[in-house]
Amino acid sequence: MANARQDHRSEPWKDPGATPYVRIDKITKKFGDFVAVDDVTLNIYRGEIFCLLGGSGCGKTTLLRMMAGFEAPTSGSISLDGVDVTAMPPYERPVNMMFQSYALFPHMTVQKNVAFGLHQDKLPKSEIDARVAEMLKLVRMEQFASRAPHQLSGGQRQRVALARSLVKRPKLLLLDEPLAALDKKLREHTQFELINIQETLGVTFVVVTHDQEEAMTLASRIGVMNHGEIVQVGTPTDIYEYPGSRFVADFIGSVNMFEGRLIEDEPDYVRVESEDLGGVFHVGHGVSAAPNATVWVALRPEKIHILRDRPEGEGDNRVAGVVSEIAYLGDQSIYLVRLAGGRQVRVTQPNILRQSGGGRISWDEQVWLTWDSSSPVVVTQ
Amino acid sequence: MSRNARAVGDSSPFVLAELMAWIKALGPYRWASNRLRSRGMTGRTAVISVPYLWLSLFFLVPFLIVFKISVSDIRLGMPPYDPLITWASAQVMELKVNLGNYAFLWEDALYRNAYANSILTAGISTILCLLIGYPMAYGIARSKPSWRNLLLLLVMLPFWTSFLLRVYAWIGILKNNGLINNLLMSMGVIDEPIVMLQTNFAVYLGIVYSYLPFMVLPLYTAIEKLDLTLLEAAADLGCRPVKAFFKITAPLTKGGIVAGSMLVFIPAVGEFVIPALLGGPGSLMIGRVLWEEFFNNRSWPIASAVAIAMLVVLVFPIWILQRVQGREMGAHR
Repeated sequence: MANARQDHRSEPWKDPGATPYVRIDKITKKFGDFVAVDDVTLNIYRGEIFCLLGGSGCGKTTLLRMMAGFEAPTSGSISLDGVDVTAMPPYERPVNMMFQSYALFPHMTVQKNVAFGLHQDKLPKSEIDARVAEMLKLVRMEQFASRAPHQLSGGQRQRVALARSLVKRPKLLLLDEPLAALDKKLREHTQFELINIQETLGVTFVVVTHDQEEAMTLASRIGVMNHGEIVQVGTPTDIYEYPGSRFVADFIGSVNMFEGRLIEDEPDYVRVESEDLGGVFHVGHGVSAAPNATVWVALRPEKIHILRDRPEGEGDNRVAGVVSEIAYLGDQSIYLVRLAGGRQVRVTQPNILRQSGGGRISWDEQVWLTWDSSSPVVVTQ
Repeated sequence: MSRNARAVGDSSPFVLAELMAWIKALGPYRWASNRLRSRGMTGRTAVISVPYLWLSLFFLVPFLIVFKISVSDIRLGMPPYDPLITWASAQVMELKVNLGNYAFLWEDALYRNAYANSILTAGISTILCLLIGYPMAYGIARSKPSWRNLLLLLVMLPFWTSFLLRVYAWIGILKNNGLINNLLMSMGVIDEPIVMLQTNFAVYLGIVYSYLPFMVLPLYTAIEKLDLTLLEAAADLGCRPVKAFFKITAPLTKGGIVAGSMLVFIPAVGEFVIPALLGGPGSLMIGRVLWEEFFNNRSWPIASAVAIAMLVVLVFPIWILQRVQGREMGAHR
């Protein structure tokens, strides 16, 4: 979904000459002895939707709050559009935030909530009214202008919060779990709305989320965080297809992880022998690791073919097993296949043909699993 | 649930339920309950009627008696007022309503001044309590949760000692050869004692000291409920902290401000002990006037009229309180 959009987007992070819009330089934040954010360096470019993705307590919200100015970093600096904002209080930063709880002022109408930020800049009333009306129109809330926040539904409140944070035309918009409070259908719809609004206004977004699907849909790039550190930064495709570590591979989507030993190391391919698998992986990319080193092979469930008949010939990337569980989800089916060594492998297959009783793979059936040598990813940590 | 567990664990509700079922099966109970229900008398009205009964017995009835005395004539004797209804002859009933007492209150500058002074004193004390109490309540509400209960306990601690004793203690502190003056004189800061007792200053001090907890507690409740992200949102939108206080914190804690102010203002208007013990001849408050009318002048009708007029003066702020609270309840789910 997101990938098609990225094709006609510039990718400034690939251009070594491009100046980052937000420059986070060696930021550390400690709360007492607890290190919430640990020496993070990050560049975000103009017009990006950058997602900070991680589990709870990984430091993503703290990092966002330091960008907003609510937390002062223990060390390091943040600059925005060439200006060092590290010591700037939140009310002076050209940054706005959309809060997870929306934080709408309960004693003000929708109109007054959105106008609040503009009033602080002492703009003339006519301009405030015009900009508020324009913003409410953008989020399709113009007919609710005189309502109080408690008279709105969750989705409507979310849109008011978005309008309020965008109306000041910030250089940077921070969104803290923007869609977490919405139900699934509304969330999907709102994701695309957010992307459209971002493209219309050209504001740089930094989104904090724990929902990898949300990050994949929204982001131009994702920064995966764990224990206060950024473990990998990349486009959604990079993160999913080329995870740099076991943590990232495991955190994004589901994955089968096999421990193994590097038995052949060539520039354009490697072979990994795995006891877990009871076979040999032939992986179509080089690895920077010593021969015989312990490595891990990550294999996505949807990249595995499940076959009844033994594949022709001999070779790597094939293994026999017995189907132990099947979950039919409609659009796809999940098979859990037990290998000879006892290891369970998760395989998903799209249900391209309508299933009608007979002919499909069933419980306790002997099957073969194969995959392309371009599918597995070897990670060394 | 097993029979065993019911017998051991929940024996009393079980027995009660059995008993109720048994009573309900009785003919007389059913008859009485049906009769009451046919007149709109259900269990709910029975529960509500208890406080109503209490209030009518101990507030409405005494109020009517006081009102009756306030419109009667003074006389020597016991009771020291004329009855409202007299029999002129066997058939003629005479009802004498004397509004002169109220007219007297209005005409005599003493009462007008006393009312004005009471309201002024109570008003200034309320503002002082608010100015002192808000930072206190804010500090408590924003302190570590483990500290909050201790701090609240400290606010309420003075209630362990009798109000009267605490006011007497202030006499010992403020009088010419009291704690403060002795200390200052021994340190050589002053040569002559500062006159503090029997001044308006002492009255304000006494009222603020005595009523501060009534201000702090409702303010604390209101401030504690305030969502701090709202202040972050205000700062994020370019609002400086001081302005954010007046734009966000103050309006959202308005309920607490109004409740606290009323809890201080209303009793302070009728305050008797503090002006009597700490105040001088200048600090004339309506509570003292009432006392003097009743016990010194033995003019029950005037004293009653003073009391009724004071009630009317106080009804207005109470009405405002109710309106604001009603609106708050409607606004914030």
